[in-house]
Amino acid sequence: MDSMALTNDIIKEKLIAKFGELLTDWEEPFGLLTFTAPKDENLKVMQFLYDDPELRFQFLTDLCGVHYPGGKTGDLAVVYHLHNLKDNVRLRFKVFTTTANPEVYTATSLYSSANWMERETFDFFGINFVGHPNMKRILNVEEMDYFPLRKEFPLEDQSRTDKDDEMFGRGRLLNS
Amino acid sequence: MQKHSIKLEEGSIEKQTTTLNLGPTHPATHGVMQNVLQLDGERILSTEQTIGYIHRAFEKIAERRPLYQITTLTDRLNYCSSPINNMGWHLTCEKLLGVKTPKRVDYLRVIIMELARVTDHLICNGVVGVDSGAFSGFLYLMQYRELVYEIYEEVCGSRLTTNIGRIGGFERNFTNTAFEKLEKFLAEYPDVLTEFEKLFNRNRIFMERAMGVGGISAERALNYGFTGPNLRAAGVDYDVRVHAPYSSYEDFEFTVPVGSTGDNYDRFLVRNEEMRQSIEIIRQAYQKVQDFKGAEADVFHADAPEYYLPEKADVYTKMEALIYHFKIVMGETDIPVGEVYNSVEGANGELGFYLISDGGRSPYRLHFRRPCFIYYQAYEELIKGGMLSDAVITMSSLNLIAGEMDA
Amino acid sequence: MDAPDGYAGEGFFTSKLSDVVGLARKNSIWPMPFATSCCGIEFMATMASHYDLARFGAERLGFSPRQCDLLMVIGTIAKKMGPVLKQVYLQMAEPRWVLSVGACASSGGIFDTYSVLQGIDQIIPVDVYVPGCPPRPEAILDGFMKIQELVGKESIRRRHSEKYQALLASYGIQ
Repeated sequence: MDSMALTNDIIKEKLIAKFGELLTDWEEPFGLLTFTAPKDENLKVMQFLYDDPELRFQFLTDLCGVHYPGGKTGDLAVVYHLHNLKDNVRLRFKVFTTTANPEVYTATSLYSSANWMERETFDFFGINFVGHPNMKRILNVEEMDYFPLRKEFPLEDQSRTDKDDEMFGRGRLLNS
Repeated sequence: MQKHSIKLEEGSIEKQTTTLNLGPTHPATHGVMQNVLQLDGERILSTEQTIGYIHRAFEKIAERRPLYQITTLTDRLNYCSSPINNMGWHLTCEKLLGVKTPKRVDYLRVIIMELARVTDHLICNGVVGVDSGAFSGFLYLMQYRELVYEIYEEVCGSRLTTNIGRIGGFERNFTNTAFEKLEKFLAEYPDVLTEFEKLFNRNRIFMERAMGVGGISAERALNYGFTGPNLRAAGVDYDVRVHAPYSSYEDFEFTVPVGSTGDNYDRFLVRNEEMRQSIEIIRQAYQKVQDFKGAEADVFHADAPEYYLPEKADVYTKMEALIYHFKIVMGETDIPVGEVYNSVEGANGELGFYLISDGGRSPYRLHFRRPCFIYYQAYEELIKGGMLSDAVITMSSLNLIAGEMDA
Repeated sequence: MDAPDGYAGEGFFTSKLSDVVGLARKNSIWPMPFATSCCGIEFMATMASHYDLARFGAERLGFSPRQCDLLMVIGTIAKKMGPVLKQVYLQMAEPRWVLSVGACASSGGIFDTYSVLQGIDQIIPVDVYVPGCPPRPEAILDGFMKIQELVGKESIRRRHSEKYQALLASYGIQ
C-alpha cells in the first residue's frame, strides 16, 4: 500500500527510470499524463505499467487511431488510454507509425479487450497489428479496399446518383 | 433406478457438428449482430461473431460538424438512454472549453441522466423477460417508459433521440408540468418495479434459466474491458459516478450494487437494484432543485456567451449578443486546441469521448469509447459449452445496443 | 368495421371477391419487424400497451419471412445489411408489402455516409414510407393504416400483372 498517492510525477519518474530517452513529448492536457513511445516499445511499456507493483495500470480503457498527415515521426498514431482502477489514475500514450509501413505490435496478449479495438483501428486507418489472431475488418464490408477514416477520403458515398451536391454546399462551383 | 454407463471406443461413433446462423435478423438479437454457431446437438462449441451491420460512420461524420451539432449523433449511440450520451458529450465539450455549470444545472442534469438510466435498465430487464418467454413484465415497464418520454418532451420536445441540453446547460427551464410528471413517476414507479420483481426474482423457471449461465469472473471481465452493470455483476465496484464524479454526483448518497458470479441472474438483479438507486438519486436531486428559490430557480444554463446561444430578445436588441449569436451559428467561435478524454457512466458502462481539437469548428478527431463494443468480445467465452437457449438469454442480459456497438 | 360495397338481401350478401379478401387481409396483417436501430425502440413502444398495434390486427409478429405479409423495415440499413434485407424480402411469399419506417430506411436519413444505404428503395420495392427520426408511434400507426388501405383495395390480379413484374425486374428480382 502506498504511503502517498500515485501522482503523475511519480509515474513519469518511474517510466523515465526504466525507458529513459525513448519516451518523449511529455504533456498533461487536463491533468492526464500523456507521452509518446516508439512503436517497437509499445508492448514493453504496457507490460511494465501492468506488472510494476506501484503503477498497476491493468485496465485498457481505449485504443484508437488518429491520422496526422505530414506528421514528423509518422502520420498514423495509435493512442492507448490506460487506467489504474485501484488508485484511480489514468494515463495516455501514443505510438506513431507511417502509412508506408503501418505495423504495430498487438496488445491482445496482455489485454483481451484490445482484440476488437485493434480490428476497428485497422478497419479505419489500415494499421496492421502484428500478431493479432484475426486481423480483418470489423465494421465495414470485407470487400472495402480503402481505409475510410484517413483524411483524404470523403464522408459521402461517391457512387450515389440521387443527391445534388450543389444543394448540399459541396458542388463543383463552391469548392474543388 | 440404476444408472448404466456404456463406454464406447474412441472413434466408434461418427460425430457431426451443426452450423447455425443466429443471423443478423433474429427475434432475439436486439439489434443486428450475427453469430455463426458451431453446435454439437444443443451445446455450443464455438461461435464466429460478425458486427458492423449498422455501421453509420459516426466518427467520420463528427469531423464535419461543429461541436453543438454532434449532440444529435451522440443521441443515436445508445439510443435507449440518449440523454446520458448527450450529457456526456456536453461535459466533454465543457471540459475542453473551460465552461463551469452552476449547481442547479448539474442537479437537473443528474435528474435527466438517472431517468435515462432507469429507462435503459427497464428495457434491458423487460427484454430479458421476453426472451425467457414472459411478455407481460415488459408491458408493465414500458408503460412507465412512456411517462418518462412525456417528461423528455416537456424539456426538449422529443421522445427517444432527445438532443437534450446544450453546452453549458439546458435549452429551456423545466416547466411545472415536467416536475409534476416527475413526481408522478417517482410516486408510481417503485411499486411497478416491485411487481416486476415479484414476477421474476423468485420465479423458478426464470431462476433456472438465468442462474449459472453466462457467468464471468472478475479478472476475465477486467481483462475484457467490461464496465458498468456487467462488471459490477462480476464483483468489481467500478462506477464512474463514484470514481470520477461529474455534474455534482459527489453531492448525492447512493450505493453501487455489486454481484458475485457475473451470471445472467446477477446482472438482472444488479440492474433492478440500480433502478432503485437511481430513483433515490432522482428524489434527492429533485429535493435539491426545489431548494433553489427566487432568481436562482430561473438559472438553467451557465454564463458562457461564447458557447451558449443568447436569448433571442437580446440578439435583436444588443450588439454583443448579436455578435455571439453570429459567431456560434457560423462556427467562428474560438475553440481551444487540445485533446481531452472524458467519460460518464452510461447505462452500459463507461462511455468515453476522446476529442482532439485543432482549433477549428469541428473536431480533428472524435473517438467514442463504446462499452457495448468492448464487452461484446467476451460473448464467445460466455456461451462456450452452454446450450443454444442460454446463448439467447446471455445476449439479451448483456444489454447489447447495436447503435452503440457499431457507431 | 364497414362492410364492403355490395348488394345485400335476406340471408345473402354479394360483393366483389377482391373486396372481401382485402377486408380479411387488411385486418389480420402479420408483420415482420426488421428492426435495426433507434426506430426499433419506437416500434417497441408502438407494440406496447399505450399505442397498441394489436388493435389493428397485427397481434402476431412473425419472425419468419415465409409466414408474413408485411415487411416493416425499421431503422438504418447499412450497406453490409443490404444483401440480408434483400434475402429476407425474396423469402416472403406473395402478396407482400413493404413499409419503410424512419428517415434512415426511407432515404438514408441523417447518415449521408459511405457505409449507409441511402434508402431501401435502392434494393427492394417499397409501398409506404413513414418519415421521422424516429417517427412517433402515431406516425407508425398512420403508416400501418395506409398499408391497410393498400391491402384492402388491392386487385387480385395485381401480382401477376405485367406492370408488377416489370417493377420487380427493375430491382433484379424474378
